[in-house]
Amino acid sequence: MTNLLRHRLFWPIAVLVVLLASNLVFSNNFFTITLQDGHLYGSLIDILRRSAPLVLVALGMTLVISTGGIDLSVGSVMAISGALACLLIGDLSNPDSTTSVLLVVGAAIALCLVFGLWNGFLVAVLGIQPIIATLILMVAGRGVAQLITDGQILNVHSAPYRVIGAGYFLAVPVSFLIAAAAVALTVALTRRTALGLLLESVGGSPTASRLAGIRARRITIMVYVFAAAFAGVAGLIYSSDVSSADSNAAGNLIELNAILAVVLGGTALTGGRFSIAGSVLGAVIITTLDITAVSVGVPVETTLLFKAIVVIILCLAQSPTFRAKVFGRFATKKAATREAVAA
Amino acid sequence: MLRRLSIAVAGGLLLASAVAGCGGGDDAGSGNGGGGDDKITLGFSQVGAESGWRTANTKSIQESAASAGIDLKFSDAQGKQENQIKAIRNFITQRVDVIAFSPVVESGWSTVLKEAKDAGIPVILTDRAIDDPDTSLYKTFIGSDFVEEGKKAGDWLVKEYNGKTDPVNIVELQGTPGAAPANDRKSGFADVIKADTKFKVVASQTGQFTRTDGKAVMETFLKSQPKIDVLYAHNDDMGLGAIEAIEAAGKKPGTDIKIITVDAVKDGMTALSEGKINFIVECSPLLGPQLMDLVKKVNNGETIPQRVLTEETTFTPEQAKEVLADRKY
Repeated sequence: MTNLLRHRLFWPIAVLVVLLASNLVFSNNFFTITLQDGHLYGSLIDILRRSAPLVLVALGMTLVISTGGIDLSVGSVMAISGALACLLIGDLSNPDSTTSVLLVVGAAIALCLVFGLWNGFLVAVLGIQPIIATLILMVAGRGVAQLITDGQILNVHSAPYRVIGAGYFLAVPVSFLIAAAAVALTVALTRRTALGLLLESVGGSPTASRLAGIRARRITIMVYVFAAAFAGVAGLIYSSDVSSADSNAAGNLIELNAILAVVLGGTALTGGRFSIAGSVLGAVIITTLDITAVSVGVPVETTLLFKAIVVIILCLAQSPTFRAKVFGRFATKKAATREAVAA
Repeated sequence: MLRRLSIAVAGGLLLASAVAGCGGGDDAGSGNGGGGDDKITLGFSQVGAESGWRTANTKSIQESAASAGIDLKFSDAQGKQENQIKAIRNFITQRVDVIAFSPVVESGWSTVLKEAKDAGIPVILTDRAIDDPDTSLYKTFIGSDFVEEGKKAGDWLVKEYNGKTDPVNIVELQGTPGAAPANDRKSGFADVIKADTKFKVVASQTGQFTRTDGKAVMETFLKSQPKIDVLYAHNDDMGLGAIEAIEAAGKKPGTDIKIITVDAVKDGMTALSEGKINFIVECSPLLGPQLMDLVKKVNNGETIPQRVLTEETTFTPEQAKEVLADRKY
């Protein structure tokens, strides 16, 4: 029992279970899954589908944070990728051609890779603090996205592009499949190869890692490229979901949600050890929280407070110091009474 | 303590440099000094290019100034109040005849507007109000009445269900919490429908004025609400997002669920003409001609009302088809 309690994913899972259970009591048909027009349909499917962008961004953020860095530019990168994709598709002679759409998607992600390289260059080569280095792109990137869309909402009518965010493959949401593939890829890269260890060692101490023969600089650049690529894919899902690019709203404040997901999952912001499963769980909790607030009917004015309370409870439960203070006192009290009885 | 102090000082310096740095970009000083010749000079400070609505607003003001023969000094505040204050001070130094601006935020205007008043330059607020109790600081406020927009939406609903007795379940997609259009469109709508008990708002959540959130919240509504007859969205974009959610649920927007939205931007009007939206209340950005009219009157010393409403209408699918072709925004 204590082993289970001490597992670092215990509290996030417990909160997720409580959230889902509250839906069982307070909202209608939450757990019903039906087949609608040949695809799965239900609130649980919504959670899977709508978690996808945040899961992707949180994945990249986990890698960056594991090296002791942080990437604030992910939201802007999302906006740029969606904006560029919609702009290019608008110029296609045949927007329903799958090949052209794939090329457009490739171009958008390629641009994001360049932005990732830029972040990595600032952090690893010029030695600028990550929070400042990525702040530059966070602010400037939003401007780039607005420049691409000319400050307007760009609409596209392209069946293949729509599939990314709103389509289904074998009745399962495509966006969920993309996120799952990204998770599998990241897990394979970091846990099946030495990469995970290298990341943790760079996060633990870049100097010691370099002295031990690890190319810390190259690793650091790589994580920012990963984060930008994942953010780019998330941006495509986001814009494809509503077949339009809104450069103001896309990825707005998602960097903070992603950092929250990473922290909820038990990865420390100081770098070093990281948990991919934890970050994915964190992202799913945040999405579930959003959906639960609507589905249970929390009034608009108190929605943020509701979310804050859940997050605070989870963070407190995860803090060993807090647990020791609260539960520890009970334990000593009990022990003391027992002693008193014995005497 | 010392550390906190130094942070505060550093923060202050940063802010000061930001004010100084950003203000340099506002090139309001181009052209002649203004005020000297017969031509009226109008200094206008815009919020920024935040949406299609705002872009149309800017265009309307620029075009109508040109056709009214008014010399327009246009300044873009890029969403920052300090830029706007700086622009207004520039206008005062240049001694323009009239100053007009769309306030970025509601508060913090008394100092700069007093400066304008002392310099004898009349000020007109466009599209957004300020919450200063001293109404002598500005001549008039021209813009939409969001409560009225909510009422128009409610009126259509009452008429649409006139004579029927079955309960009508309404879901509402609100704008950004705390924003004036969201609060007022909600209360105006609620005021009208409360007269009849068959109307029931079964769920009301924020869609943040964006398509994605509109779609997301509607998806959840469709699952958690057993029966939805009407959707009332505070802007077109949230309504357009919700249409996607309704279609994904295998229902027909406009038929299975009636949809009312506010704004009447081009995308919304297109959906209206296709019958996916049933009714749109216009919130027009094209207040340029009315503004120029007011500017001329103010400059001639005529008295004008403290509150001027933008000329706005409502659209049914048939009306949308007629005007869609030459819709500017």
